[in-house]
Amino acid sequence: MVLNNKWRISRDDLTARFVLMPTIILTFVFVYAFIIYTVYISFTDSSLMPSFGWVGMKNYVKMFKLANWHTALKNFAIFSVLYISFATFLGLILAILVDWSKAGERFFRPIYLYPMAISFIVTGTAWKWFLDPGIGLEQIMHTWGFVNFKFDWIKNSDKAIYTVIIAAIWQVTGYVMTIFLAGLRAVNHATIESAVVDGAGTWKLYTRIIIPQLGPSFTSVFVILGHMAIKSYDLVIALTNGGPGRATEMPSTFMYSYTFTRNEMGIGASSAVFMLLLFAIIIIPYINKIVKDS
Amino acid sequence: MRLHKTAEIINMVIMVIFAIFFLTPLYVMVVNSFKPLSEIRGGNMLALPVDFVLAPWRSAWSTAQIGVQATGLRPYFLNSIKMVIPAVFLSTLMGSLSGFVLSKGQFKGDKLLFGLILFGCFIPFQIVLIPTARVLGSLNLAGTTSGLVLVHTVYGLGFTTLFFKNTYDSFPSELVQSAQVDGAHFFRIFRDIILPNSTPIIVVSVIWQTTNIWNDFLFGVSFGDASSQPMTVALNNLVSSSTGVKEYNVHFAGALMAAMPTLVIYLVSGRYFVRGLMSGSVKG
Repeated sequence: MVLNNKWRISRDDLTARFVLMPTIILTFVFVYAFIIYTVYISFTDSSLMPSFGWVGMKNYVKMFKLANWHTALKNFAIFSVLYISFATFLGLILAILVDWSKAGERFFRPIYLYPMAISFIVTGTAWKWFLDPGIGLEQIMHTWGFVNFKFDWIKNSDKAIYTVIIAAIWQVTGYVMTIFLAGLRAVNHATIESAVVDGAGTWKLYTRIIIPQLGPSFTSVFVILGHMAIKSYDLVIALTNGGPGRATEMPSTFMYSYTFTRNEMGIGASSAVFMLLLFAIIIIPYINKIVKDS
Repeated sequence: MRLHKTAEIINMVIMVIFAIFFLTPLYVMVVNSFKPLSEIRGGNMLALPVDFVLAPWRSAWSTAQIGVQATGLRPYFLNSIKMVIPAVFLSTLMGSLSGFVLSKGQFKGDKLLFGLILFGCFIPFQIVLIPTARVLGSLNLAGTTSGLVLVHTVYGLGFTTLFFKNTYDSFPSELVQSAQVDGAHFFRIFRDIILPNSTPIIVVSVIWQTTNIWNDFLFGVSFGDASSQPMTVALNNLVSSSTGVKEYNVHFAGALMAAMPTLVIYLVSGRYFVRGLMSGSVKG
């Protein structure tokens, strides 16, 4: 008998197939049938409730003419670029610092990572009041004697999106660090040692030898942050509620408000389809890889 | 790598600065949840309370106005518990069964199937909000805890299947094979051999699912009503309610209550939390 890593129960074991059925059915209904349903709705005249009058691309055309959608797309672009680059950069720096220090892993890593364990709504509440110029950071600086200090971004239409980015980075950087830390631990020691023997300084060692070996970590980080950026909804709602005005509108908040409060479900569905397309570009190659590796 | 003494000190200083950045919001929530409102308004958010009071916690828990009623967060805390426990149990159980079956590699197209299941746990949920609302409505589950349990179970299956499949893939096969030779059937093998050896991954799955479901907002706000809304939705209602004086201290106490269960889990079993995070999983 050949032993391999796959368990062979028996080829005709119907029980196994039967057991998998609920998961398959639920996934196909709640994921794939629902996706098709939303795509279909995006081509209909649905308003308060779903309806099935076919209107072709009308919702998409209308959506791309809306000022709110433009704001949402612009914010999404600013948000995703800054969020992904800062969180990646800071996460990498932290991973290197933590990797160097004996106390790093045991003491600092849990401190950097804990924001990941709490809800975006909690994060949003904490930062909302901390950044509020009336009682938060601005007020703190005033009591410390910096009377001219001004930090009212959260109330400023042009700057509010950056406060969302700050809070989002706060939440996720520890996670990014954890991924890089795992990557650093997997770096080939032989290449490091030979580089050290050749007299490479720390800077060279990292830029030429170690960081280039972190390719897979960078991919994971990019995919995870990219997909979180598309989905981010809770934090915006708790921190700014899309305001001031509609200044921090994102595709996710746009979708929700057009679908459930503005009674333009067709347009809401169109924006959801747009989000799915963005998401698919990022995630499909990644899932392909996970499945192949498994 | 070993560092020189000075480099080690600089390294430590930078790490401490970052630690302050990460701890400040938590610190701000804690100290201000024990201050009377006047002390927050006039003073420094970073200062320790001069007049240490418990009233904000009492108010957040049992008397604060959430929506139309002055019930405090307590009923919503209970809603979250009623939602989390069955959803975590069901998604973990189903995930372990599916992971077990998919791990055997007996099906044509099992990899494709696995990929399709995985895709489902990463999608932006906006794409399923409209039909889910419809289906919950027609099942008479709109605005109920059972509806939220169903939704969280279904959209948790991708992660739990992933966790268990990956674990079972690296299980030694001899035990199972010898049980088969002895004539044991599927459920017998699953119950007597697989489950007893699955404790660590069950812990990961339970922690991951509890954290995710407890922290969810989108499903709670979309499909819950006053009798079933979870803690996150109630907290947001409390904080963003536009009527009356802004009771920052009550908001901070409420935020801490919402954060407490998952923070405790994180402190007690951070290792398992990290394993969940690292299994290619994404929060959202």
